[in-house]
Amino acid sequence: MSERSLPGTSRRTLLGSAAAGVFVLAFRLPLAEAAVPNAPVGSPPEPGPFAPNAFIRIDAEGRTTLVMPQVEMGQGVYTAIAMVMAEELDADWHRIALEPAPPDEKHYANPMLGVQATGNSNSIRAFWMPLRKAAAGARALLIAAAARKWNADPASCTAENGAVIHKPTGRRLDYGAVAASANGVPPADPPLKSPSEFRLIGKPLKRLDTPSKVDGSEVYGIDVMLPGMKFATLAASPVFGGKVGHVDDRAARTVPGVRQVVVLDDLVAVVGDHMWAAKQGLDALDIEWDPGPNAKVDSAQVWREIRAASEKPGLVAKTRGDAGKALSEGERIEAHYQLPFLAHATMEPINCTVHLGADRCELWLGTQIAARVRETAAKVAGLPPENVIVHNRIIGGGFGRRLEPDMVDKAVRIARQVEGPLKVVWTREEDIRHDIYRPVYYDRLAATLKDGRIDGWHHRVTGSAVVARWLPAAFAGNHNIDFDTVDSAVDVPYAIPNLRVEVVRCEPPAVPTGFWRGVGPNNNVFAIESFIDELAKKAGKDPVEFRRAMLGKTPRLLAALDLAAEKSGWGKPLPAGHGRGVSCQVSFASFIATVAHVEVRKDGDVRLHRLTTAVDTGIAVNPDTIVAQLQGGMIFGATAALFGEITIDKGRVVQSNFNDYRMLRIDEAPAIDVHLIRSGEPPGGIGETGTTTAPPAIRNAIFAATGIALRRLPIDREVLAGRKPA
Amino acid sequence: MVTLLINGEAKTVDAPADMPLLWVLRDIVGLTGTKFGCGIAQCGACTVHLDGKPVRSCLLPVGAIGSRAVTTIEGIGSTPEGAKVQRAWLDLEVVQCGYCQSGQIMSAAALLASTPDPGDAAIDAAMAGNICRCGTYVRIRDAIKRAARS
Repeated sequence: MSERSLPGTSRRTLLGSAAAGVFVLAFRLPLAEAAVPNAPVGSPPEPGPFAPNAFIRIDAEGRTTLVMPQVEMGQGVYTAIAMVMAEELDADWHRIALEPAPPDEKHYANPMLGVQATGNSNSIRAFWMPLRKAAAGARALLIAAAARKWNADPASCTAENGAVIHKPTGRRLDYGAVAASANGVPPADPPLKSPSEFRLIGKPLKRLDTPSKVDGSEVYGIDVMLPGMKFATLAASPVFGGKVGHVDDRAARTVPGVRQVVVLDDLVAVVGDHMWAAKQGLDALDIEWDPGPNAKVDSAQVWREIRAASEKPGLVAKTRGDAGKALSEGERIEAHYQLPFLAHATMEPINCTVHLGADRCELWLGTQIAARVRETAAKVAGLPPENVIVHNRIIGGGFGRRLEPDMVDKAVRIARQVEGPLKVVWTREEDIRHDIYRPVYYDRLAATLKDGRIDGWHHRVTGSAVVARWLPAAFAGNHNIDFDTVDSAVDVPYAIPNLRVEVVRCEPPAVPTGFWRGVGPNNNVFAIESFIDELAKKAGKDPVEFRRAMLGKTPRLLAALDLAAEKSGWGKPLPAGHGRGVSCQVSFASFIATVAHVEVRKDGDVRLHRLTTAVDTGIAVNPDTIVAQLQGGMIFGATAALFGEITIDKGRVVQSNFNDYRMLRIDEAPAIDVHLIRSGEPPGGIGETGTTTAPPAIRNAIFAATGIALRRLPIDREVLAGRKPA
Repeated sequence: MVTLLINGEAKTVDAPADMPLLWVLRDIVGLTGTKFGCGIAQCGACTVHLDGKPVRSCLLPVGAIGSRAVTTIEGIGSTPEGAKVQRAWLDLEVVQCGYCQSGQIMSAAALLASTPDPGDAAIDAAMAGNICRCGTYVRIRDAIKRAARS
């Protein structure tokens, strides 16, 4: 097979190396994704003459292509990463083009995760320094090239807006004009700008991906159209782990537009001329399933098992002082908190388009794990990974769902039975019922108080170890403690002299679990912040004052708490049935405090009036994006707090679509105020912070309004209406 | 064969009469700006206009459309309300993942066509059928008000 026939996989080695230590000498030159993605894939554009590393190419016209090592799924990271790179490159913001990185662990692995993945709110944290250095090194090469042309000292030159400037004479050379002569070895440690020199970072720039999302022209994975393409939709065994028994497809084959019925071991797919035919065909199938060993699993069993697991001591994730002694002195206060399974319900239903040939496989989809997706397809197709091409598209919602390759495994297995390109689209019902769910958690907390402060603290987290499956080396390397399961628990921000945090790994029966926006901190911040409010009540203290007194050594969080309290009107009188609740956390290296103002109605329903949040996330690369992530993240968290629960009956998921898996809607959405605290600290993570901060604030506001200490989510309206004990 | 007037152009498509407009637009005509979200008129991602009124195309059989004009996200920019809404969406940076936004914009443009200066209650009523999983609601509210004033 010639390289020509495999766009996206050709390898070239150029002189030069990336400046950052995580990158190596030889690198793949990523090829531009077709600018018009629905055009047939043809010859890639010629790479620009200047390619100092795996992230930057500049052509003779000065067009600057920035390769995005992290995927855009709504969080604004394409724009933020481009800002970071353009800043140190002194690129012309109006002449940049972005393209997704191809699957390539070697050059595009996330330095904080060690694999090519976008998650854990760490895109900017992980790539902030490597990309700045890579861009600064490129800039140094461009300046050196211009200086050679001028026969000038590079130190007498500077750069701005995509051009080198000779300071003594004011002469300018566009980057395009020096691109061809600029390749070389960049300096190992190029000087970086100080924040006062930033021209882009810190400005609320317009997102680069918005225009195509406003006029409908953006092509998500689900929108990809290929000549001769067929459409498929599928049904996997409704019972987890079940198999196909018998299929009667006679009726399905009479549906106009149905072309083929594909029966595999664990799923059935219908292929048609369009999704409607495939869907109608699937509905017309008579499938007998062999449910397998999980047919009796239900939610009661899930909770029984996790509760029992939580009763035994776990692995010790953190100790400080003597928790055992402190907890044996004085009144021991104890509470248990529970969080349910959740589906991701990305607005773009799960999909994957496959064109499988004899010796190559092309994929079109939006994924958070381009390299793993390629491995998955290669394995199923029986091809070497380099023969698999991944066209990674802008994502219509990830939230951790697209950190899994299951949709690729299924799509390629179906495609093996089908001639020509095939788009596999899951129905929303399939999407909800065959998700990889946010785990259930059971948290046991116990504390003692001394002089109005916490003296002893015991927190035992029980739940899945997603990292053990997803990143086994990181699990084994951490003494079989999933760092995510205890994230924001081992580093509880309060000054607690005697502390013990344990973790019990408990995988639920049958139900697959994975990462869900907010990950481990979702559980821990909810449990901890709920418990803190109960302790404050026990201590007879105001919840804000109780927290303040223990935050002296965490000034960034204290400042956020003070600001949120002030801006929310904390302490001001509210009508009967209303309450304010507060939540504090340090998660993803950001410091956040949120106050929720809610109203609990007589019928037990809860109205969210206002969420006020203050955040110190270090240097805010794009402040408007950070505000947007908090606004949206809090809606995501509020949705979970008010409605979110996946339940299991007879081995299958009960919920199926937005009618029974409720989303918060605009008429239920509160006003949201976000206050950014200016900071010169390195950037923190932001994409998941809103999701983690809203639920405990809402829960605590309900506690303030009613005195009812809810200990599990979603909120139970029966309890709040007084029809059921708490 | 069904003939539809889509964004001002007559299109004759080979589709059964009971096929929802959504799939005709996406899979036959190739207008993929209109999105599949739920298939049961719960999320609004598939919203288009029929003679200027918002409808959920996932449950609308093409055989029921007749001569009524279909407008999609690809065509809404040529209506005054659509252009204003799209401008406000850009100005206030409403969008995150963007997948629901075609539907949001279609619902908002229809609202402004019938209620030129909507308050919060009117916005809530007109927009409650459109789910945004990224939670862009506060910006949607602000952008509709901005579009109304422009």
